[in-house]
Amino acid sequence: MDSHSKEQRVQWMPVIRDGMVAAWPICLGYFAIGLAFGVIAQKAGLHPLEIGVMSLLVFAGSAQFIAVSMLSSGAGFMPIVVTTFMVNLRHLLMSSSLAIYFQRINSGWLTLFAYGITDESFAMNLTRFRSKSWDWRRALVLNHTANIAWIGSTVAGGYGGQFIPAGAFGIDYALIAMFLCLLVFQLRGLLYVISALIAGLLAVFISLIVPGNAYIVIASVIAATIGVFLRKSRFFTKREQGS
Amino acid sequence: MMNTDYLVVFIGMGIVTYVPRWFPLAFLSRRQLPQWLIEWLDFIPAAILSALVLPCLVTAGDPRHLELFRHELLVAIPTFIFALKTRSLAGTVILGMFLFWLAGIFL
Repeated sequence: MDSHSKEQRVQWMPVIRDGMVAAWPICLGYFAIGLAFGVIAQKAGLHPLEIGVMSLLVFAGSAQFIAVSMLSSGAGFMPIVVTTFMVNLRHLLMSSSLAIYFQRINSGWLTLFAYGITDESFAMNLTRFRSKSWDWRRALVLNHTANIAWIGSTVAGGYGGQFIPAGAFGIDYALIAMFLCLLVFQLRGLLYVISALIAGLLAVFISLIVPGNAYIVIASVIAATIGVFLRKSRFFTKREQGS
Repeated sequence: MMNTDYLVVFIGMGIVTYVPRWFPLAFLSRRQLPQWLIEWLDFIPAAILSALVLPCLVTAGDPRHLELFRHELLVAIPTFIFALKTRSLAGTVILGMFLFWLAGIFL
């Protein structure tokens, strides 16, 4: 009962406003990718309604692109589902990192939030959580704002995205620029710079030799592990205390 | 109009995408995390962001190959410096888009 009455005192209006405002770079990027996806999916024979249902059920850009190309080349249920699973395994790491900020949150909210974990929402929410001006409700609104933008733009693409010139206003670069800036926010010391460098270089190297996107998980896990060991080594312990 | 075969595939995709998103959150948010895990997870965001973005800048194609002099990388350098100096997300996104648009026209 106590927690219930606390829930009722939450001011949802500022929460919704903050979440939606924070989501804008993601929405911009999704708009570009979503339109492109809609056009491709429609050319592969999907009806805009089917595109919408797919975006609603899956909500994962790269997996959806791959699945559509597999569908149009006649692949069956299992290959598509297994590929999707592999492509989206990286969310395990993101979900784990976010768990720190979701201690003892009601499982219904967790269920709703987990659905919206993407590369983009993860990066944005985690940065905001660090800055302390953020909470799980705002994160939830951000996730679902991005979700609506994704569903809307993929369906719009299915109806006639080909009429919008590709590459208009550099919109294709929105997500890369966003990731670059969020990466800058994460470089909070020499150790983070080193582990980011290791992760980036490893990712490039692995992406060249291993097909698919396994490079994201492999490179991140190795780089984070090296980061932990470097922190434990005496050289960095001294440096961090010194600075 | 909805093709049933497609619907079944989408539901399958939805389930295998949702579980990795939900499981760590549901499992880890219910217990005290060990110190080593907290320290390890602390490095994950910087590592993941770098692992996501760097291959987009210097590789292309399928199968991927190294392609160093792409607009993506060229634009990333001033965009990154701008982010370091201003720490403004909005400014960085707008500048990156603008430069990428310019690069597409002039280069």
